[in-house]
Amino acid sequence: MQSTKKDPTPSASAMPDISHYDISHYKVMPKRHYRRFIAAALIVLAIGGLLRAFANGNIEWQFVGQFLTSQAILWGLWNTVLMSILAMALGVVLGVIFAVMRMSKNPVLRYTASGYIWFFRGTPVILQLLLWFNLALVFPTIGIPGLFEARTVDVMTPFAAALLGLGINQGAYTAEVVRAGLLSVDNGQYEAAKSIGMTRIRSLRRIVLPQAMRVIIPPIGNEFISMIKMTSLASVILYSEILHNAQNIYYANARVMELLIVAGIWYIVVVTVLSIGQSRLERHFARGSRDSA
Amino acid sequence: MRPIVVGQAVTKRFGDFVALKEIDIEVENGEVLCIIGPSGSGKSTLLRCINQLEKIDGGGLWVDGELTGYRIVGDKLHELDDNQIARQRLATGMVFQRFNLFPHMTALENVIEGPIQVLRRAPKESRDHAMELLGRVGLAHKADAYPIELSGGQQQRVAIARALAMRPRLMLFDEPTSALDPELVGEVLQVMRDLARSGMSMIVVTHELGFAREVANRVVFMDAGQIVETGAPEDILMNPRNERTQSFISAVLN
Repeated sequence: MQSTKKDPTPSASAMPDISHYDISHYKVMPKRHYRRFIAAALIVLAIGGLLRAFANGNIEWQFVGQFLTSQAILWGLWNTVLMSILAMALGVVLGVIFAVMRMSKNPVLRYTASGYIWFFRGTPVILQLLLWFNLALVFPTIGIPGLFEARTVDVMTPFAAALLGLGINQGAYTAEVVRAGLLSVDNGQYEAAKSIGMTRIRSLRRIVLPQAMRVIIPPIGNEFISMIKMTSLASVILYSEILHNAQNIYYANARVMELLIVAGIWYIVVVTVLSIGQSRLERHFARGSRDSA
Repeated sequence: MRPIVVGQAVTKRFGDFVALKEIDIEVENGEVLCIIGPSGSGKSTLLRCINQLEKIDGGGLWVDGELTGYRIVGDKLHELDDNQIARQRLATGMVFQRFNLFPHMTALENVIEGPIQVLRRAPKESRDHAMELLGRVGLAHKADAYPIELSGGQQQRVAIARALAMRPRLMLFDEPTSALDPELVGEVLQVMRDLARSGMSMIVVTHELGFAREVANRVVFMDAGQIVETGAPEDILMNPRNERTQSFISAVLN
């Protein structure tokens, strides 16, 4: 191959003169993105204005700094994180059980699962929390006859009511997510599992669920993030989570905005940490798939 | 020696469609039987009925002398439950057209999954046996590869090793080379040829007439849910008597 650039009149052959098609000596001028500059300028202006408004508004920023690490707030943060993890764990366990039940050949199990999903998706979480918390109005005592019995008000603490309310509600949503994941696995995988002598339950646990996890994890991560924020609803049943504790403080000192900002900062921190954990988990379950490399 | 498979008036319907019409079939121990026929003729369905991936609607199927799917009590047939069917399936190994390897496991993990999880064999013993089988299919060096990293032919050979790891009495092949690129067909057929020579009982649904002619003890031609013609490979493939067999074979060859 011979360059035509330096030799505009190739004489070696009858090759036609193509030198005027050569554009390699021109300088490339990149396209100017004027609209991007305009958009950026407008947004910087808007954000600047917003920051200025908050800086000059009636917010005592030193209170935000002061309460950010106060004991009551950190205790509330701990309770928020703990409740999110426990309620989510309960939700995932229930979700897997009810998803498998819903896909069972046994009609009793199938309808039970559908009923559960129907009921708990059909009512607001806050109402469910209040129902659990006020269970004592219906059943003054609970227990297993002959084994143990207790006063419901002693058992149904804010913690217990929040865990049951949030976890069972979450289970109804997670069941649908898990079911979608199970349906996403190729039928050939069930057949291959059967062909090496696996029962239905074992093939679900060893073959199908691990593959379904790829589909299940992203929405579950999403729901976990929702759960972090949903625990704030438990403030209505006096569970001592971060928003509840922030409210208690501002009822006393009237620094409403400052304490709401404190709670907001912590929610964002927790959700950010979770998002990072989620992408790691996704990578783990992507092994052996096309996008694992 | 008793036959490895006996089918008597086996009938299978999908809704109104009759996939198998009262099929009678007998496969001897150690025999290699090839089933050929146009698509939709019921040959894959028959294979899937033999290891109970499909439940038959009439007749009876015996594998290794055991009635499949039912237990005879007095004059009644009791349906078997999931666990009992899973146990009966251990007599057969199955190789699928689309390989169906477990994508989240390496080749080795695919092969040891059944022995460890189902047969409750020791991991060390399962691993040794699996490596021996992977060696037999020429893939010992790919033991740690995930299915996605293997070619179709390699995946199918791992799938054969996975089925053999359960030490089945009978191997079922459901068009094992139909999903392969032409240049990869040979390596899979070679593994199957070696397996046939080792004395394994095999039923192979295939379009590879050359393979059937070379390896099969008997060839069955199926059409429209029925067995049209059965015989030695030379007779069926070279001198088919039935008109439908003739037209099928000339269509495949041309």
